[in-house]
Amino acid sequence: MIYIDDTITAIATAPGEAGIGIVRISGEKALIITDEIFESKQGKKLSDYPVRRMTYGYIIDPDRNEKIDEVLVYYTKGPYTYTKEDVVEINCHGGVIPVKKILELVLRKGARAAEPGEFTKRAFLNGRIDLAQAEAVMDLISAKTDKGFDVALDQLEGALSKKVSVTRQKLMDMLAHIEVSIDFSEEDIDEVTLDYLLHKSKEVEKDIEVLLKTADTGKILREGLSTVIVGKPNVGKSSLLNALLRESRAIVTEVPGTTRDVIEEHLNIRGIPLKIIDTAGIRETEDIVEKIGVEKSKEFFNKADLIIFMLDISTKLTKEDLQILELIENKKALILMNKTDLPQKADLDKAKELIKNKKIIKISLIEEKGLEEVEEAIEELVYKGEIKAKDRLLVTNVRHKNSLERALQSMKEGTEAIEKKMPLDFVEVDVKNTWEALGEITGDTVAEDIIDHIFKNFCIGK
Amino acid sequence: MDIRYDAGNYDVVVVGAGHAGCEAALATSRMGCKTLILTLTLDAIAMMPCNPSIGGTGKGHLVREIDALGGEMGINIDKSFVQSKMLNTAKGPAVHSLRAQADKSRYHIEMKKTLENEVNLDIRQGEVVDLIVEENRVQGIVTRTGAVYYGKAVILATGVYLRGKIYMGEVNYESGPNGLFPAQYLSEKLKEISCNMRRFKTGTPARIHRDTIDFSEMSIHAGDEEIVPFSFLNDKLEIEQQPCWLTRTTAATQKIIMENINRSAMYRGDMESVGPRYCPSIEDKMVRFQDKHSHQLFIEPEGLDTKEMYLQGMSTSLPEEVQEAMARTVVGLEKVKIMRPAYAIEYDCIDPTQLKPSLEIKHISNLFSAGQFNGTSGYEEAAAQGLMAGINAVLKLQEKEPFILDRSEAYIGVLIDDLVTKGTNEPYRMMTSRAEYRLVLRQDNADLRLTPKGYEVGLAKKDRYEKYLNKKQQIEEEMERLKSTIVSPEKANFLLEKLNSALIKTGISLYDLLKRPEISYDNITAIDPNRSNEILRDAAKQCEIIVKYEGYIDKQLKQIDQFKKLENKKLSEEIDYNGIEGLRLEARQKLNNIKPLSVGQASRISGVSPADISVLLVYLEQKRRQRGGSE
Repeated sequence: MIYIDDTITAIATAPGEAGIGIVRISGEKALIITDEIFESKQGKKLSDYPVRRMTYGYIIDPDRNEKIDEVLVYYTKGPYTYTKEDVVEINCHGGVIPVKKILELVLRKGARAAEPGEFTKRAFLNGRIDLAQAEAVMDLISAKTDKGFDVALDQLEGALSKKVSVTRQKLMDMLAHIEVSIDFSEEDIDEVTLDYLLHKSKEVEKDIEVLLKTADTGKILREGLSTVIVGKPNVGKSSLLNALLRESRAIVTEVPGTTRDVIEEHLNIRGIPLKIIDTAGIRETEDIVEKIGVEKSKEFFNKADLIIFMLDISTKLTKEDLQILELIENKKALILMNKTDLPQKADLDKAKELIKNKKIIKISLIEEKGLEEVEEAIEELVYKGEIKAKDRLLVTNVRHKNSLERALQSMKEGTEAIEKKMPLDFVEVDVKNTWEALGEITGDTVAEDIIDHIFKNFCIGK
Repeated sequence: MDIRYDAGNYDVVVVGAGHAGCEAALATSRMGCKTLILTLTLDAIAMMPCNPSIGGTGKGHLVREIDALGGEMGINIDKSFVQSKMLNTAKGPAVHSLRAQADKSRYHIEMKKTLENEVNLDIRQGEVVDLIVEENRVQGIVTRTGAVYYGKAVILATGVYLRGKIYMGEVNYESGPNGLFPAQYLSEKLKEISCNMRRFKTGTPARIHRDTIDFSEMSIHAGDEEIVPFSFLNDKLEIEQQPCWLTRTTAATQKIIMENINRSAMYRGDMESVGPRYCPSIEDKMVRFQDKHSHQLFIEPEGLDTKEMYLQGMSTSLPEEVQEAMARTVVGLEKVKIMRPAYAIEYDCIDPTQLKPSLEIKHISNLFSAGQFNGTSGYEEAAAQGLMAGINAVLKLQEKEPFILDRSEAYIGVLIDDLVTKGTNEPYRMMTSRAEYRLVLRQDNADLRLTPKGYEVGLAKKDRYEKYLNKKQQIEEEMERLKSTIVSPEKANFLLEKLNSALIKTGISLYDLLKRPEISYDNITAIDPNRSNEILRDAAKQCEIIVKYEGYIDKQLKQIDQFKKLENKKLSEEIDYNGIEGLRLEARQKLNNIKPLSVGQASRISGVSPADISVLLVYLEQKRRQRGGSE
């Protein structure tokens, strides 16, 4: 459903950059929501204070009775605000964690995550911005749908979407069973049983709980960008991998259930999850092009989101090196010149044309030099210098979490309805709500799906 | 066709006297318009060429809504039914659906009588072959015999007659349903005036002779003991009901079908048209669900004065001779004789996205359409559209705003919105799952939802309106009383114990007691001495539903609030979406094609994204300010 005048919230500062972070809430429930989560030094609510006053206090998660951060809170009543609606601004400590937690809490208490440009859109719709700026507002809105805005992010979302889709499929089965029992009750089909529904709803609850748990630790995005490290034998691929793994030890996770035939390493560089693929080939120090052929290699590179190509600075460029450079010419790739601890012999002039758009970093894995730069370069590559993207990554994560929380809530209500033996059409409301909340993550909520599903799976008709 | 003569002037001309045409003509004449209804034969007025029943899941809701607005279908089936059943009673009240078996010939006769008795309405037999359209506005129609009837508005309700073609195995020929003539010329004219015509198909099973059926191995399905009338005008109906029977196909049925599958018109590839998925032929069921070796079939009476029985579940396009062999493999039909063979029928219909939500064709002023012509299936869907097209034709002539029901107000609203906004790829059938606000769109409250609206447009008459007012008042008073009547533990606990319900320690209101799932309005009668004897069953039922399902109904009402906000943002038909920067190309094309009436409707068009909707909202505000509107 599209909402037009509910209460929205967003992070108003670039997280992790500034000393303070600001979470902004706009809409008629701005103050009500803040009252639920804020307590002043004197133990009062924000509504106990006059408007337009910086009030000092704490953000407290009332459900867990947990103090989240000390904050300064500022409330302005509409129409004297940017959006002309009631606005609360929560100033907290900068850095990702407090801002994220506060945003999550505000969402849980009933606000909706603002779309890009939505504050400005409201400002316009409510008569704040003048007409000349209308075009700019439209551009802002439509920029969101531009393809390729951030491929990396889309991929991350894709990974979660896949998991959510599996759960949605279960909900779809429940819905189809319920609907067919209602709309085709006289047909020759087995009426759906409460046992079946209960079993399924418990299963869905568990699915969502697992997803939520991973959301908490950031693992939700663990699939990461497929990353390939290439280079001739002994250039230092394994050492690089180990060094990167060491750096991100705290957040490295094994994917349960992945087979070890194809070795994948998951790591997290400055918040960007990477999935290093086909590291087996690397460890056995075989040359990829020689091993699988030029065409196959091309395909392989095409599948990768990020390529790290390693050269040995202490030896001359080989035919293989040039071959790989050609293959990755139009890919997002980083070139590392390893072994700066040895005398330099490599001459990049030969490959000038091939590497002109690539970032080249000199490193020494033995001396542990240059790793910092590598991480920086990865970050830069992924975000293409877009600070916004980082913000979106965070918000996307929080938004997904919020959708998952609402889905879980709906499913629990559904389970309760089933246990109370409520009629099917009431149970359906909760199942549908769960399905729709999850649909916000996968991006589709079409009613026709259910009907298609029914006709595909049930033999009905006069 | 050169001979033409002036046959008269009308406010409204209705083409076709099926279920859509009858409702349309009755609505327009009752609302004061001089109306002509034309039909290929008067013997086919309100004919039921397929199943002998009215209502069913979703469809029953439509009939109750038609009735609440002042339409005829509910009243007519109440006069002609032979069995009545409320379906889904084991489920929640929102999906209880009424269905009645009809005496087909009685249904036809009663409807014909009603038309005949309508003072503003002329009935005429004739085939319409041409439309008179001048400057994109319809002026009248021409019949095959050259009669020109001028009409300020024309409503097309041609059913499956347009270029109708029947298929039975290898045999196919041009025909209307049930052995009637097809209408061969009108389609061409419609194409000429840029109507985007498509070809759909449907089918019907065989009719068999009652005396050749052995009912001994079949299970009997009787009607309900207490009959709920379709029409809100009828409080009580009592008739002697007729049963239906249930039987099954056998392995031998499957064998015959699979052996002859290549002779089925559908599988031969003779037909390229699209049929409804919810109404597959028996061969289709066998092919698609091969693991299922036996399919259920219902045997239903076609009427009291006939021995024809309808073989529900066995619609087919297999050759005639295979049909009889196939039928004889069914339990109890070993010696059956077919009276009318099954057939599939193909026909022309319009792409309904060419219609406005008022059911007026967008590019031809005052030309309306309804029923199967608009791509639907079913008597009830047809009647609902006929009624709405009729009302809107009159309102158009009166230069008033169209009467449009939205998705939160009626199944009729869902039906029409789906058709004109999304179009349909198969004959569209109503289902309760299509209504997102199902819990409030119940068959039991159709009068509360719609009668005031029907009264306001001038179709529902005073008696109906007063009935509604009385019921509404009773509900309000009874709700108040239930809330304020407190019963003590001494009085209530003996009953609660008996009902296996938790005992109370302090006084509790009847309202709170009624919230308990195990307690019904009826079983607290004993502890509710002040209950009025005057209270209508219907009103009491409403109270019970409102109290019991309040939480869920509230959830839905909140969703409706949100929905209404977008519905209330109106879009002018004049907008050229190509001129709006920021809309994606696909959205511009779709919006220009559909010309939605509100931002809400725009949001339901496939290919229009939430971002496009945001752009539209900004555009609207921009326009508003340019017009100099202030806050």
